Amino acid sequence: MRIDDKGLIDRGRPLRFTFDGKPIQAFHGDTVASALLANGIRLMGRSFKYHRPRGPLTADSAEPNALVTVHRGPRAIPNTRATVQEVFDGLTVRSQNAWPSLRYDVMQANDLLAPFLGAGFYYKTFMWPKAAWEKLYEPVIRRAAGLGALPGGADPWQQEKAFAQCDVLVVGGGPAGLMAACTAVEAGADVILADESDRLGGRLLTEDTQIDGHAGYAWAEAMAAELQAKGVRILTRTTVTGAYDGGTYGALERVSHHVADPHPDLPRDCFWRIAARRCVLAAGALERPIAFPMNDRPGVMLASAVRAYLHRWGVAPGQRIAVFTTCDDGHRTATDLSAAGVEVAAVIDPRADAPPGAIRGEVVSTQGRLGLTGITIRSDGGLRQVACDALAVSGGWNPTVHLTCHMGARPTWDATLATFVPTADAVPGMSVAGAAAGVFTTSGALETGRDIAKAALAALGGRRVRIHIPTADETPPRQIAPLAVEAPDTARHRAWLDFQNDVTVKDVRQAAKENFISVEHMKRYTTQGMATDQGKNSNVGALAVLADATGRGIHQTGVTTFRPPFVPVPIGAMGAGGTGAGFAPERRITADQPMRDRGAPMIETGLWYRPGWFPKAGEDWLAACTREAAMVRRSVGVADVSTLGKIDIQGPDAAKLLDFVYTNTFSTLREGRVRYGLMLREDGHVMDDGTTARLGPKHYVMTTTTAAAGQVMTHLEFVTQCLHPEWDVAILSTTEAWAQVSVAGPKARDLVQSVVAEPVTAETFPFMACGTVTILGVPGRLFRISFSGEHAYEVAVPSRYGAALWQDLVARAEDMDGGPYGMEALNVLRIEKGFVTHAEITGRVTAFDIGMDRMISAKKDCIGKDASRRPALLTDREEMVGLRATDGGSLTAGAHLFGLTTPLRPESDQGYVTSACHSPTLGRSIGLGFLRNGRARLGERLRMVDHLRDQRCEVEVTAPVHVDPDGGRARD
Amino acid sequence: MRLTCPVCGDRDRREFTYLGHETYLHRPPAGAPAEAWDAYLHLRDNPAGLTRELWHHGSGCGAWLLVERDTVTHDILSVRLAREDTA
Repeated sequence: MRIDDKGLIDRGRPLRFTFDGKPIQAFHGDTVASALLANGIRLMGRSFKYHRPRGPLTADSAEPNALVTVHRGPRAIPNTRATVQEVFDGLTVRSQNAWPSLRYDVMQANDLLAPFLGAGFYYKTFMWPKAAWEKLYEPVIRRAAGLGALPGGADPWQQEKAFAQCDVLVVGGGPAGLMAACTAVEAGADVILADESDRLGGRLLTEDTQIDGHAGYAWAEAMAAELQAKGVRILTRTTVTGAYDGGTYGALERVSHHVADPHPDLPRDCFWRIAARRCVLAAGALERPIAFPMNDRPGVMLASAVRAYLHRWGVAPGQRIAVFTTCDDGHRTATDLSAAGVEVAAVIDPRADAPPGAIRGEVVSTQGRLGLTGITIRSDGGLRQVACDALAVSGGWNPTVHLTCHMGARPTWDATLATFVPTADAVPGMSVAGAAAGVFTTSGALETGRDIAKAALAALGGRRVRIHIPTADETPPRQIAPLAVEAPDTARHRAWLDFQNDVTVKDVRQAAKENFISVEHMKRYTTQGMATDQGKNSNVGALAVLADATGRGIHQTGVTTFRPPFVPVPIGAMGAGGTGAGFAPERRITADQPMRDRGAPMIETGLWYRPGWFPKAGEDWLAACTREAAMVRRSVGVADVSTLGKIDIQGPDAAKLLDFVYTNTFSTLREGRVRYGLMLREDGHVMDDGTTARLGPKHYVMTTTTAAAGQVMTHLEFVTQCLHPEWDVAILSTTEAWAQVSVAGPKARDLVQSVVAEPVTAETFPFMACGTVTILGVPGRLFRISFSGEHAYEVAVPSRYGAALWQDLVARAEDMDGGPYGMEALNVLRIEKGFVTHAEITGRVTAFDIGMDRMISAKKDCIGKDASRRPALLTDREEMVGLRATDGGSLTAGAHLFGLTTPLRPESDQGYVTSACHSPTLGRSIGLGFLRNGRARLGERLRMVDHLRDQRCEVEVTAPVHVDPDGGRARD
Repeated sequence: MRLTCPVCGDRDRREFTYLGHETYLHRPPAGAPAEAWDAYLHLRDNPAGLTRELWHHGSGCGAWLLVERDTVTHDILSVRLAREDTA
């Protein structure tokens, strides 16, 4: 029912939305809940377990009952709180958790079964037969339970994440938060003020409080404008969801939930990470319901929510409203309703000193199937019925202490206030003002807001300011008496604590009876506070019942752990930008486009994309790969190797560094020469391998594998900063500064000579030589190294010439019966030569395992040397060998090796295949692998079994080098 | 969590990676007994309270940092360049 002269809604802007298909009239400024209540609709949802009819309990984000689905199709958002969702023209709202309709939900049969569905019922029933649990009971229970359903399909909404820094973060824009922000910005601080609502004011919007003679909301509006003008960053519709180490806060901004037709670029939500030097928590307080029998009917709501609907939205949630309160605050609701002309059916207050006019008693039952029609009151005069269609309930207030507990602190029980208040210094840098600190008056909120901000600024060293405190019309301090009123709690008369998870007083008592007396055990046994609202309204009431049932005080019973987030945060918002191409950065080589133009599939290699093969008409990958590998062995091939890590090392101690990180010696390397090097981790296992060139007396260029480039750079930084900071050496990653192209094959020298100005001969560039050259007029570098076993070079130019160089070399190669080759052919060539990659050096293998232990120099120390000599790393190892199919079958990487006749059991496993390919040179399937004591078993026949791909073949054990064992082709 | 890199200033934890206790700074000399290597490579206390550990500013300046941290309160007591450590 709408009250004519009340509310902050814009009556000049009427709008329409639909609820379960039915058109609903509303005004700009309404929430779904306020508009439905204005239209006399109290039933908005069904409960989780018993499918009880439910209406809104609150008017804020703590709402447990009124969960709806908004929007249609893939954009549908389930479990939206009707009390938070702002309405707009054309909004589609559907009820959820009910079938076929909200009014006639077949699952309400669960309610009749309630005697069997108490706390922990699933631990006690459905036990037999055992097999039925997985096949029958669990699927049925899962379908019956649950809240709203996901729309299915990919999420079409845009999401966003953002980062911010500030001096002072103010959480909550009520009187305390506004004063805190005002004080902080006056003192010159950089301030962010975040509030859940679409406008600032907090409870000033939902009460008729006067400030400095103005309506509270008007004062808040003026204050908001002033703060904005002074540079405070105001984040409305933003809930601060968590407090983390180092003054980091998470916040969820609902950016376009309230917009009819959001711009496609506008995100639905934005998840903020805010780094704040100080934080003022002014998050207010949450009202407690009272646990009395049948307290869950639509129409029963918090007294503060009734006032909120009245003052902010001009809505009376009923025609005849009763009030049941254990504190003075409920009487205010009765006063406000009367003043607005709403009939107050009765005011019930169980306290001995209940104010005159109130019935000294308690509500012991309620009536009404789909909504409240009446209540039963027990008083000195016995039982009596009172007809009413709404009941305002107040059991006192809980300060919103949640954020103060996110770093492990527990709140403190304040016996005077009968509530938990924040523990001092619970979160470093955070202080608490207003109702969140247990200061429940408006003037107190204004004053503590200022004072707490001043103290925070003093800690930051800000300038001192004088801030006037406006005068609020005083409300008397709240007196709060018992937390829960209990009456016989039977299956037919249940007193709800947690509305969303359907936990009743009886469930908590049952838990205690079964010795789940720790509050954390009780929580998990009953599911109290484990729903999407995290028990904001119910946890304190539940532990009061537990305290009573176990004969302990509330402070001894304690609270469960408060964890972020304060309100549900969509994973899509936290991970915004991380889907599709945003999942990982893409590193592209300079010749990426020309390669794609040739139809090369670009294959992920770490973050890099490298060409797999260059298909000719009609070729599949294997045909292309085989042709390219044969081409390199026959004439010449061109491959981009720019992704290999390149680290420039300069300084008088450069050689010392290399001798220390490589197992072999580099100080003896002559200028203009390249050497292969093996690098260990300190624990003796292989870290990486590669070549390092000496360009000058104090200048080396190290090449790492593509995969380990980052790891090796970090390792070199560790060695030079942590182990030998005294060495005069500088290191710099130059991977992206240079494009590098491999030219390999018998005709490689002719091709390289055609682009290099200097003579390239056996004398000027013998095997493992390097030097600075001019490449097609550009200063570059030439290395005579080979990863294919062929006569080969790597030509390096500054990156900006990379694409041009690759294209030019490919064109020249094609004129010489050669052409480009990709990763697949590169892999075939190196397997044929027995060269290792990270398929072999997986982090678990040693130099001994790959047959390189002689590369660990005896003459010097190096990283990993001592540890590599541990006896366990030198005996009875799986050693690297070559493998060849002997029966025409194919090897597969990952397959395991067994004796020809031994059973296929884990204990008879002899080793495994790490790399496999079809060798065009040998005309059969070959591979590399690790075999127990393999070097002593050359010539042995084994069975290869790949259980995953269901593939088997017979293999012969060989030395790792399959082609040109003496290496003559590369040297000549 | 945030760290104040002596080179770059106050930064989010995402820019850093963790290596482990500062033990890694004190590498045994070549040929040290197996026990010394075992202690260096594997043996670590798990203190409730103050600890000194190595972090790398990989998404920043590349500096290795020696961070004094309280594992109970999560307080960061100091952040220094590892190369300047004289302990």
